[in-house]
Amino acid sequence: MGIPYSYSFRNLWTRRLTTVLTASGMGLVVFVFAATLMLAEGLQKTLVETGSRDNVVVIRKAANSEVQSAVERDQSALLTTDPAVAVGSDGKPLLAKELVVLINLKKRAGNKPANVVIRGIGEESLALRPSVKLVEGRLPRPGSSEVMSGKSIARRFQGCGLGETIRFAMRDWRVVGVFDAGSTGFSSEIWGDVDQMMQAFRRPVYSSLIFRLRDTNEFDSYKARVEGDPRLTVEAKRETRYYLDQSEAMATFLRILGMVLTVVFSIGAVIGATITMYAAVANRVTEIGTLRALGFQRKSILGAFILESLLLGLCGGILGVVAASFMQLITISTMNWQSFSELAFSFTLTFGILWKSLLFSMVMGFIGGVLPAFRAARMNIVEALRAT
Amino acid sequence: MELESSHPPIVSIRNLSKSYRRGNQVIPVLSGISFDIARGEFLALMGPSGSGKSTLLNLIAGIDSADQGTIEIGGVEISRLSENELAHWRALSVGFIFQFYNLIPVLTAFENVELPLLLTPLKRAERREHVVAALSVVGLSDRMDHYPGQLSGGQQQRVAIARAIVTDPDILVADEPTGDLDRASAEEILLLMDRLVHSSNKTIIMVTHDPRAAEKAHLIRHLEKGELSET
Ligand SMILES: Nc1ncnc2c1ncn2[C@@H]1O[C@H](COP(=O)(O)OP(=O)(O)OP(=O)(O)O)[C@@H](O)[C@H]1O
Ligand SMILES: [Mg+2]
Repeated sequence: MGIPYSYSFRNLWTRRLTTVLTASGMGLVVFVFAATLMLAEGLQKTLVETGSRDNVVVIRKAANSEVQSAVERDQSALLTTDPAVAVGSDGKPLLAKELVVLINLKKRAGNKPANVVIRGIGEESLALRPSVKLVEGRLPRPGSSEVMSGKSIARRFQGCGLGETIRFAMRDWRVVGVFDAGSTGFSSEIWGDVDQMMQAFRRPVYSSLIFRLRDTNEFDSYKARVEGDPRLTVEAKRETRYYLDQSEAMATFLRILGMVLTVVFSIGAVIGATITMYAAVANRVTEIGTLRALGFQRKSILGAFILESLLLGLCGGILGVVAASFMQLITISTMNWQSFSELAFSFTLTFGILWKSLLFSMVMGFIGGVLPAFRAARMNIVEALRAT
Repeated sequence: MELESSHPPIVSIRNLSKSYRRGNQVIPVLSGISFDIARGEFLALMGPSGSGKSTLLNLIAGIDSADQGTIEIGGVEISRLSENELAHWRALSVGFIFQFYNLIPVLTAFENVELPLLLTPLKRAERREHVVAALSVVGLSDRMDHYPGQLSGGQQQRVAIARAIVTDPDILVADEPTGDLDRASAEEILLLMDRLVHSSNKTIIMVTHDPRAAEKAHLIRHLEKGELSET
């Protein structure tokens, strides 16, 4: 048996002020580490939840997103009659031809312009997106210049609230409804009649086709069929996959940014831990000599000091994770880098992020403590005892 | 007495030399010392400051190594042991008593006394028994849960003595054990050590400057200029 764990623990407790100060430094780094991971997680969750696995998005081949896509009217007619498309209770195919356009609107706060997604919808668009729910007002009437705004757009953009009027595509559009689509990307869009929008924007082609699969297992054969059809220049993706691809670049960017920030900050925190642990060793030279004289081996001394700095790191980790968990209360809106449109999402703490953060804090503690611990273990017994 | 001297000595030192090097300068501390210590002896080592008393004591306790010569304790030639073997040997065979007690401040009296037992295969309950027994020998059963900072100097030294005897070692080494204590506490500590020699048959080697402390010992040896003499 080695030196009891309580020895390491109580030494941290005895000098609690130093412990808290050092742990706070590490906590700050863990906070940054956890917060960026939570941000990336929240972004992906938002975008992935936007899609449904049974839905298929058809866009032009090699178009990265709906905004860059165009589907000709004759092609869309062919696609509408495909047998893989589910049929609704009214006998019509569960399929919507949509138009997606980016426009520039001013934010209520600060009057700053930002891109917003305008989606021209068909009759079945709502049926295909069960997450979209009207919370205020009513649905826009087909064939009119009426629109409804996603909740976060209504709140944050000028003219987008219920009863207000937005001007774009040289027309005034009355907001007759506000919808909520949970934490999905739709909450950051404005929806209106697709034909009206195509006229107003003078766009002769649709952006995308969305439909429900008759049988979810039919996806692969459907994809092979349409992508191999010489009359068509489209590609098909499951809606979940489509939104995951959309979020990939941004999430990766956030994660890399997080890593870079974390590495830079952690250098400072590790140096802090090293200084604290060197001081702890220097203050306990006689104690170390005594333990060695009593028969404890160098490796026991090493272990006790490394444990102490691991615990110190863990304290920092807990502080950082607790602080980061409060970030869940905040909703962030940022540019979706794929479509350059506004997207609202929250920091999301997962179990994976939690343990990664705590592990990371202990790694910092370990790196900070390893040199001081070796100094303690290397001491000569007689010299350590003479230090009194 | 006759009977005792026929037993082999517990400590047997032959031709022991030790010098320190400071830069180019060689400082001889011990030059070819040979002597025996009988089992159950209470020996006081005296001598002027810097004469090498602590050095000799550290060599006997197995925390320092000699340049030359052999030290045999309880039949084990400790100068031949490896560092880890020596640490193991110390845990079982030597009890340390220091001038400044050297208790671990974050551990209670009980836990301080228990420390050496953590290096033995004893179970938790057995360890507890030994600790309780050792603390009752030094008369501190009621202070088990006190931290060193809550005890007087004399009490701390008694806890240290309990820690030194808890593994029932052959020898106890004490470097100025009363050096930091007032007269009354010093008397108490010396009395306790004397009792350990008589009733528990411990062998004690004590370095001291204090002639009154040395008086309590059975035998006083003087160290001067690297040589040992008997009085
Ligand atoms: N690590 C060392 N390096 C150099 N010289 C040392 C070292 N340790 C001890 N010495 C020297 O060895 C000599 C003996 O030291 P030691 O501590 O054994 O003396 P002592 O008899 O215990 O003295 P005191 O009564 O003052 O405690 C002294 O001259 C001391 O300066
Ligand atoms: Mg000395």
